[in-house]
Amino acid sequence: MKIKETDIAIVGAGAAGLTAAIEARRAGAQVLVLDENRLPGGQLFKQIHKFFGSHEHRAGTRGFQIGRDLLKEVEQSGAEVWLNTVVYGMEPDTSLGVIHEDQNTVIKAKKVIVATGAKENYMAFPGSTLPGVMGAGAAQTMINVNRVLPGERIVMVGSGNVGLIVSYQLMQAGAEVLAIVEGAPFIGGYGVHAGKIRRAGVPILVSHTVTRAIGTEQVEAVEIAEVDSKFRPIPGTEQVLEADTVCLAVGLNPMTELLWLTGCKFTFIPAFGGHVPMHDAHMETTVPGLYVAGDVTGVEEASSAMEEGRLAGISAAESLGLIPREEAKERRGEVIRRLNVLRSGAFGEGRRRSKEQQLKAMEAFQAEGDRT
Amino acid sequence: MRIIEHPILETLDTSRTVTIYYNDRPVEALEGEPVAAALMNAGIKAFRTTAKRKEPRGIFCAIGRCTDCKMTVDGVPNVRTCMCPVKEGMRVYHQDGNGTFEKKDRT
Repeated sequence: MKIKETDIAIVGAGAAGLTAAIEARRAGAQVLVLDENRLPGGQLFKQIHKFFGSHEHRAGTRGFQIGRDLLKEVEQSGAEVWLNTVVYGMEPDTSLGVIHEDQNTVIKAKKVIVATGAKENYMAFPGSTLPGVMGAGAAQTMINVNRVLPGERIVMVGSGNVGLIVSYQLMQAGAEVLAIVEGAPFIGGYGVHAGKIRRAGVPILVSHTVTRAIGTEQVEAVEIAEVDSKFRPIPGTEQVLEADTVCLAVGLNPMTELLWLTGCKFTFIPAFGGHVPMHDAHMETTVPGLYVAGDVTGVEEASSAMEEGRLAGISAAESLGLIPREEAKERRGEVIRRLNVLRSGAFGEGRRRSKEQQLKAMEAFQAEGDRT
Repeated sequence: MRIIEHPILETLDTSRTVTIYYNDRPVEALEGEPVAAALMNAGIKAFRTTAKRKEPRGIFCAIGRCTDCKMTVDGVPNVRTCMCPVKEGMRVYHQDGNGTFEKKDRT
């Protein structure tokens, strides 16, 4: 077994992990980024739509372009990036077990930043395990990264931004989207995305759900039905669509497995996708030297993840004595100001409240520790 | 089906291919792509059957988390085909249940 030492190890080379690496390198830390995939960038290269937000968050630029620029910056920064590297475990002292180039290696880092992102939620209905039922993100990966169409006639479940955007991207890739079904009585995502879908002639059926996928070896048809105010299918409203694929866009949840292994403390915030690690304004968890950033701290979106990565990178470098306290504080303040812009407005406000709740949980935990 | 032309992304480069074998049948794949993408392009959707109920399973998450796409690759069972890049001459077999290290899984 090999042992590798470094100043800061970062798990995940996505939006948050890469900005954390850039900030930590800028401060002069030795940085090692670990990722299971063959290419860095996380989910950014699947985002072929234009980003939202303010000018300083590069609104109007497509996600994959932001990803390319980020990769260039990481390359120039001199951070070491290990791809095709599985991080299979973490000890309470934050040492990491990894498989790199077929070799079991232990990474001993002074500080660890976990930026593992999120995974898609599942939804159970008769036939939901059939090949042809998949996550909307899975379909997005197939069309935009692997450039393979997962099916030709799609039913999308969920009208949040993921459901709307992936539907549009499936059409750009040449598929037909038969319908978007939404259990709630209203569309979940931005009006501008919903408008594009409707102008393309795709019905968005609110107060509707998938009741079953029909087929033996794979999806051959999909039954949908209207639901009442308690989300129960209304008998007699069933209709069968000749679809070969069902995409589920029913939310995401943070990939916290590594964090649980360390014994760090969690708090439960449904709007963030469930159990999320407690962390302070420096992104440090209840385990000293263990930081978190991006969707693993609660599901938001790529721009927020990139900002949180900067917070974690600055703070980890500061704790190593590489950035003076005042300077670190000032730079964090700048990032937090930009984060507050992202966490405002009709869609961002809920995320701001969730983040406050998470920070308060950490404060309460620390106060309790001080008393005992 | 392969997406060659795309309104936003560059035209797909299909010049470099390798041949893999699915249940001993040749399947053309693009260099470096995951096994699951090559199979999906060839119209193959059911990758394995479950151990107890013998139900078919295929791609669900495509990012290495759900393990629904696992197959027997070059004699090794339970390989996540959405994460495993193709190699020239690779032997991929439909996996029955938990799989074994011998090539008994062909159906």
